[in-house]
Amino acid sequence: MSGLRVDDARVTYPGTPPVEAVRGVSLAVAAGEIVALLGPSGCGKSSLLSAVVGVTPLAGGTVAWDGEDLARVPVHRRGFGLVFQDGQLFPHLTVGANVAFGLEMAGVPRGSRESRVAELLAMVGLEGLGGRSVTELSGGQRQRVALARSLASRPRLLALDEPLSSLDADLRGRLAVEVRDLLRATGTTGLLVTHDPAEASVMADRVLRMEDGLLV
Amino acid sequence: MNPWPASARLWWALAGVPVAFLGLFFLWPAGTVIARGLLEGGDLAGALDVLASERTLRAIATTVVLALAGTAGSLALGIPAAWALSRFEWRGRRAMRALVTVPFVLPTIVVAAAFSALFSASGVLGFLGLDQSMAAIILALVFFNVSVVVRIVGGAWESLSPRMADAARTLGASPARAFARVTLPALKPAIASSAAVVMLFCSTSFALVLILGGSRIRTVETEIYVQVNQFLDLRAAAVLALVQVVFVGIALWVSARARSPRPPAAVETMRRPGSRERAGIAAALAPAVVLLVLPALALIERSLRVTGGYGLDHYAALFGEPPMRSTLSAPVWEAMVTSLVTAAVATVFAGVVGIVTAQLVARPSRRASWLESLVMLPLGVSAVVVGLGVLLTLNRSVLGVDLRGSWWLVPIAQAVVALPLMVRALVPAARAIDPRLRAAAATLGASPWRALWRVDAPLLRSAVGASLAFAFAIAMGEFGATAFVARPDSPTLPTAIARLLSRPGIDNVGMAFAASVLLAAVTAAVMLASERLRTTVGAEI
Repeated sequence: MSGLRVDDARVTYPGTPPVEAVRGVSLAVAAGEIVALLGPSGCGKSSLLSAVVGVTPLAGGTVAWDGEDLARVPVHRRGFGLVFQDGQLFPHLTVGANVAFGLEMAGVPRGSRESRVAELLAMVGLEGLGGRSVTELSGGQRQRVALARSLASRPRLLALDEPLSSLDADLRGRLAVEVRDLLRATGTTGLLVTHDPAEASVMADRVLRMEDGLLV
Repeated sequence: MNPWPASARLWWALAGVPVAFLGLFFLWPAGTVIARGLLEGGDLAGALDVLASERTLRAIATTVVLALAGTAGSLALGIPAAWALSRFEWRGRRAMRALVTVPFVLPTIVVAAAFSALFSASGVLGFLGLDQSMAAIILALVFFNVSVVVRIVGGAWESLSPRMADAARTLGASPARAFARVTLPALKPAIASSAAVVMLFCSTSFALVLILGGSRIRTVETEIYVQVNQFLDLRAAAVLALVQVVFVGIALWVSARARSPRPPAAVETMRRPGSRERAGIAAALAPAVVLLVLPALALIERSLRVTGGYGLDHYAALFGEPPMRSTLSAPVWEAMVTSLVTAAVATVFAGVVGIVTAQLVARPSRRASWLESLVMLPLGVSAVVVGLGVLLTLNRSVLGVDLRGSWWLVPIAQAVVALPLMVRALVPAARAIDPRLRAAAATLGASPWRALWRVDAPLLRSAVGASLAFAFAIAMGEFGATAFVARPDSPTLPTAIARLLSRPGIDNVGMAFAASVLLAAVTAAVMLASERLRTTVGAEI
């Protein structure tokens, strides 16, 4: 089948005793679909997301895309984007250079890089701010840049880890709609982690609930 | 999130760099010293004889007395100064704080020269008869270490809310009782920690005692030097080195126990002092300022004093041939060049090993803390022991490379001494980089190496620059280890100064003072550059 398929995924953190954050989760996300993982903090949803993207190792189970097992594919070759809760913008680069980072890694020539960056900044409503330092941005602007940065290299799957929870309630409501429309417009497959049921229902086509390391 | 390097095999391969460097240039030499001290001749009896000799016992007693008196003096002058500098905002406070913290970065040989300029028979305070006395050495130790107390205690005091003492006052405590019952207990960890650090520095201040103590006052460190250079008794030197290792070990153990928990950041702004408090500030700072300024002035005055007046003759002499009767075989400017070149080479060694190490220990793990303690080990052994060890083991052909009397021994020894301090300066910066930034780069298609190059490297650039400058300044002023391995025919600037100071005669001594001023200027300039680089780090992240 096309899209993401997770089978019996387990994530364990070392310690005495070891912490079993994800205890065997299976799910599928079809291409172009947006799925939300909803659950209280500490339920393992972020660990599951990290394991899908590959920044946290799986203790068991498989993650596959279009039927191909990704166990031996390193993070930077998976083509999965990740938007962090707090953006994680590169502080030493400008807004434009942050958005261009993925394109540069993919070897896109400078000229087309610049036009793509301008296009994306326009898409997230930050037209003309490419030369700004990321430290001059407000919280909402930062998350927009983080989103543009992840979308720039057209990821097969965009993972969103509580992308709006560091923002105030008013902004959160508006951005949730914007982000959903953006993902739909670009046809991006999305896997969203959130603790906010309203956000999940606004942004996702389908909501999965997670509790204590398992889907319920 | 995944640390870098992700694979354990690569981690260990890279750890080979510091392990090989320290194994060859530190563990083997220091281990040899200890083994020789304990076991030469096949039994411990010889070692016990050396230990029980009157010379050794006196050196041990002197070391203890100097360390205790130096620590007490530093606290007595440093705590009031810390109060004046961290409690109130007044004009000139920053300049005063800079003045108080400068001595710490000066090479010990410069401090020794300055106090010798002050107290020697023809010095400004020569009439006090303190030349070659315990008092002169203790004052020099205090000069050197007041800044440590001001940095540590002042830092804690700044982050202590004055509201706590105010609360005690509203409960009926007098200002003195509020201080004794509330403020002092809160400062106790910082005071204990600074005392332990000062004690460590006092028991490893080789150059001060060698220059200011003359032939009468000997500590364990100078006794090692005398045994090697005058009596050629390597056995006795090795036993004494063992004693020194124990000394420093105790000081480090105490300082690790006393390490103060990181205080919360200051929220209160400093206030302007009232008129009575102004007088208090002046009284608190006066002794420290007098002690810090007098030797510096005396050093400059003596460097300019020539027969029948003042002039730049001594400075000019640095660039000419050495005086006939002097045992200095090369002009001082050549020693300066030697120092700059060896310090640069030592910086490259320490830099490569230090940067690799900092990257490897940035993420906490068992192997990381193991590697970190290995790299910190040279700090636990005085530079004199490092120098002696290098002299005993590496002064021969090693792995097919002939190192006998080699020029390379000097930068190697200096790099070993500078490495722990460099790593200490670098690791916090490496730890401050959020590992999720690297994860973000990976999700955008950057391979681990590319993420290292595009994310870690730019964020670490200023910290690396600062720590390299720091390592250079340490190597430039290094004396304890260098004194053992520098060849007589190509001295470094510090060893040339020591040589000149030990020969009487106004020309020699004048040149020594002029060279000290030069050395102080170079080190202070490099240190200032390092400080400036360091402050831009925080602004960036």
